[in-house]
Amino acid sequence: MKKIITLNINGDDYDLAIKPTDFLVDIVRDTVGLTGTKKGCNIGDCGACTVLVDGRPILSCLTLAMSVVGKKIKTIEGVADGPELDPVQQAFIDKGAIQCGFCTPGMILSTTALLERNPAPTEEEIKHGLAGNICRCTGYVKIIDAVKHAAVLKTKEGTDVR
Amino acid sequence: MSDRKFSVIGTDQVRKEAPDKARGEAIYADDIRLPRMLHGRIKRSDYAHARIISIDTSAAEALPGVKAVVVGSEAPQKYGIVPQAPTETAMAIDKVRYHGEPVAAVAATDPDIAEKALDLIEVEYEPLPVYVNTHDAIAEGAVALHEDNKYGNIAYQARQEFGEVDKAFEESHLVIEKTYKTSYVNHVFMEPHSAVARFDDNGDLRMWSSTQVPHYLHTMLSKVMDMPMAKIHVTVPNVGGGFGGKGEASNNELIAALLSRKARRPVKVIYSRREVFLQHRGRHPIEMKVKMGVDKEGYITAIDYDGLMDGGAYGAWGIIILFYTAAMLHLPYKVKNVRFFGRRIYTNKPTCGPMRGLGGVQPRFALESMMDELAIKLGMSPYELKLKNAIDKKHVTVSGVHVRHSEYKKCLEEVVSESGYLDKHGKLPFGKGVGLAGGYYISGTAYTLYMSYKPHSTALIRLDSESGVTLQCGATDIGQGSNMVLAMMCAEKLGLPYESIHVISGDTKNAPFDLGSFASRVTVAAGSAVCEAADKLIEQILPIAGVALGCRADQLAVGNGEIYSIYEKEIRMPFWDAVEKYIAAHGPLSATGSYTPPRRTGDFKGGNVGHSPTYGFTAHVAEVDVDTETGEVKVVNYNEAGDCGQPINPLSVEGQVEGSIVMAMGQALYEEIKMTPDGRLMNPNLHDYKVPTMRDIPNIKTLAVESYDEDSPFGAKEAGEGPIQPTIPAILNAIYDAIGVRFTEMPVTPEKVLAALAAKGQE
Ligand code: FES
Ligand code: FES
Repeated sequence: MKKIITLNINGDDYDLAIKPTDFLVDIVRDTVGLTGTKKGCNIGDCGACTVLVDGRPILSCLTLAMSVVGKKIKTIEGVADGPELDPVQQAFIDKGAIQCGFCTPGMILSTTALLERNPAPTEEEIKHGLAGNICRCTGYVKIIDAVKHAAVLKTKEGTDVR
Repeated sequence: MSDRKFSVIGTDQVRKEAPDKARGEAIYADDIRLPRMLHGRIKRSDYAHARIISIDTSAAEALPGVKAVVVGSEAPQKYGIVPQAPTETAMAIDKVRYHGEPVAAVAATDPDIAEKALDLIEVEYEPLPVYVNTHDAIAEGAVALHEDNKYGNIAYQARQEFGEVDKAFEESHLVIEKTYKTSYVNHVFMEPHSAVARFDDNGDLRMWSSTQVPHYLHTMLSKVMDMPMAKIHVTVPNVGGGFGGKGEASNNELIAALLSRKARRPVKVIYSRREVFLQHRGRHPIEMKVKMGVDKEGYITAIDYDGLMDGGAYGAWGIIILFYTAAMLHLPYKVKNVRFFGRRIYTNKPTCGPMRGLGGVQPRFALESMMDELAIKLGMSPYELKLKNAIDKKHVTVSGVHVRHSEYKKCLEEVVSESGYLDKHGKLPFGKGVGLAGGYYISGTAYTLYMSYKPHSTALIRLDSESGVTLQCGATDIGQGSNMVLAMMCAEKLGLPYESIHVISGDTKNAPFDLGSFASRVTVAAGSAVCEAADKLIEQILPIAGVALGCRADQLAVGNGEIYSIYEKEIRMPFWDAVEKYIAAHGPLSATGSYTPPRRTGDFKGGNVGHSPTYGFTAHVAEVDVDTETGEVKVVNYNEAGDCGQPINPLSVEGQVEGSIVMAMGQALYEEIKMTPDGRLMNPNLHDYKVPTMRDIPNIKTLAVESYDEDSPFGAKEAGEGPIQPTIPAILNAIYDAIGVRFTEMPVTPEKVLAALAAKGQE
């Protein structure tokens, strides 16, 4: 009753035997072994399991693995390409936005998607964009600082390339 | 402060594990996968209070893929964090005491099979009356949850009296008496409890778990599994927050060990979010009858406190919290007459326990609200009243608590000036208001639950010219950053860069003993142990360097990776050369340090609780907007000024304070676990149990007042639990300032605000 499907995760194709009822979070964590995606509630309330599908943040605990065949999935492990950290990751580290780190992968992916849509978000836009990601350690202040800083770093990075 | 020049302390260092966390490569307990590992699931009771007549697990055992089934009677040894009075077993045996209590567990090759097996377990119950509130539980004729408890459903009770309380009230100019109620709230750390257990053929148990207290878990495992401690090895991987909720052994840890022994295969048991609410150990709801008096000038004359604590089904940390609550009445103000009466009650609910700032948050809410009210009745600014009563730099309470260092007054002064409180209080338009509150917390703890008088914290530092500096310490980093703080202290002492310190912590075999991460004890206690060990190392190296440099050891110092003469610049050598010489001559170079807080106890019941080597202080001003149409309270601005001694890492201190404020704001305004009359949780999920999101937070400004506790390592004190104390009353006092309503029950929901406004309109 399992089916073989191919998922493209962080640019690599994985051939996977899955049940039609399997959720993406479990396939990513248990079958593929990318445990950076976290599970804080498993019913769509906390944002810890956020991954990007074609650049948009989705909750992988509510998403059937079957439904993302043929799409580009990005997990936290795919954010930094090689030895260099991504500016969003660097900003989270430098601004003290990481305490226990359990919300961090989801926060970083939501931030990545936000900055993609809106490279210079206002504080209100940041709060709106990350309202679905719960953090219980930081009180969010340092996370907001990190997002602002990431926006600056990313813009700089963009100009350097050009 | 001129002689205090630090190179590492006081700088914003980045946590070493932060990049791993940012990349998703940090390993938490649920990320561990072992060969042949099974998945454990827990069968939970369908009744909140019932006798277990029978459990039939045969059908579950017969299900293909099921490798072990365990029930409560297989582990009858009771355990609990208070060793003299254990109340819990790994799973219920004859009786269940809350809805959702574990009664059996299954390990299977696949989580789905384990779930299916749970449905096949038949449990027959004989229901008993259910008590979801304290009054019903202690009513005449109520059935005792614990038959062996002496006082029915009163788990513990205590009285303390200092001074002449009644006389002081008689002589008071103004006295108010009120009842306050706090709500049933959970820590909501983001990582659900997770544990992996593995037995080998030597009968040795390995456990990886998301705990704050590996050493307590170690002792509990030994007790419940009935095996020697030396055969158990607990390791704490990264932990996704704790806030007290992972401050004692939890059922999943014990069940993982039991299943693993029976199946002789590794077993992982993780909780769903609902199960986190069932394990609970959140803040005790307390119904507090409080009386407070002042004289004409606003000096506090007396406090009389009568608290009924809803403890839930088991003992847990209850008695400690009861006595902490008693101790918390005495500070941060000078109070000469204090009476405390407290009872902790068993009810058919998930068990309450230690939650960030335990013991302090509830009485603080009542006392700071009352002081606000008393000041306004006296026609005085609440700031003036609080400042008048605030303790000085040193203070001894009537209960004998010694405060060796306090900058509480500075906290009040600075938060008031930063926030513009005096320009705003009583002067903002209807619907807008400001509120002030203060608080404090213990730092370094004195009372040990661990009934032996060995040091509370120990550290071992090894210097090796090949492997560098290894700091081994049993303190546990649960995300609060203790590894970083200890490494920074070690680096400062040895004159080496912070990056060069390798910390091994949270492991019962690879790190020496430490009580664990709770009650804000690590910075002072483990920090002192680290400093002592580092000092001993320096004492060992300097004579060697002295010989090499042709100079007396007592003229040498360490710094910048060198050993140098404090008098002559040219006399210097690299630190590591001296280490190499030492090892060549003497062999391995290591030293240990330890810390035991000075023992002070009052000669009254519970007199050894709440004494601490030192204390952190803090004062808050909240500014709120109350929407009179919708009843919604929005905290718009928030100021804090804290005395945490010398901040070891200012960025990290800010993070602790901000997190505390937002957590307490949730309790003030949104959070509450709701129950049905038959004892089911109505909202054990993060959709219906609302915690603050990024959209809810105010503009927060925190500042550390100039402070240095000479007797603490690098002058530091706690910063992670004091700052949660004043937030609730600061917000509630601001609501009063905004709409003239004093709320005495949490959370202050829009419905309550609208109802109060309507009632006010009718007056
Ligand atoms: S785990 Fe998916 S939203 Fe919480
Ligand atoms: S850092 Fe712990 S939940 Fe966000």
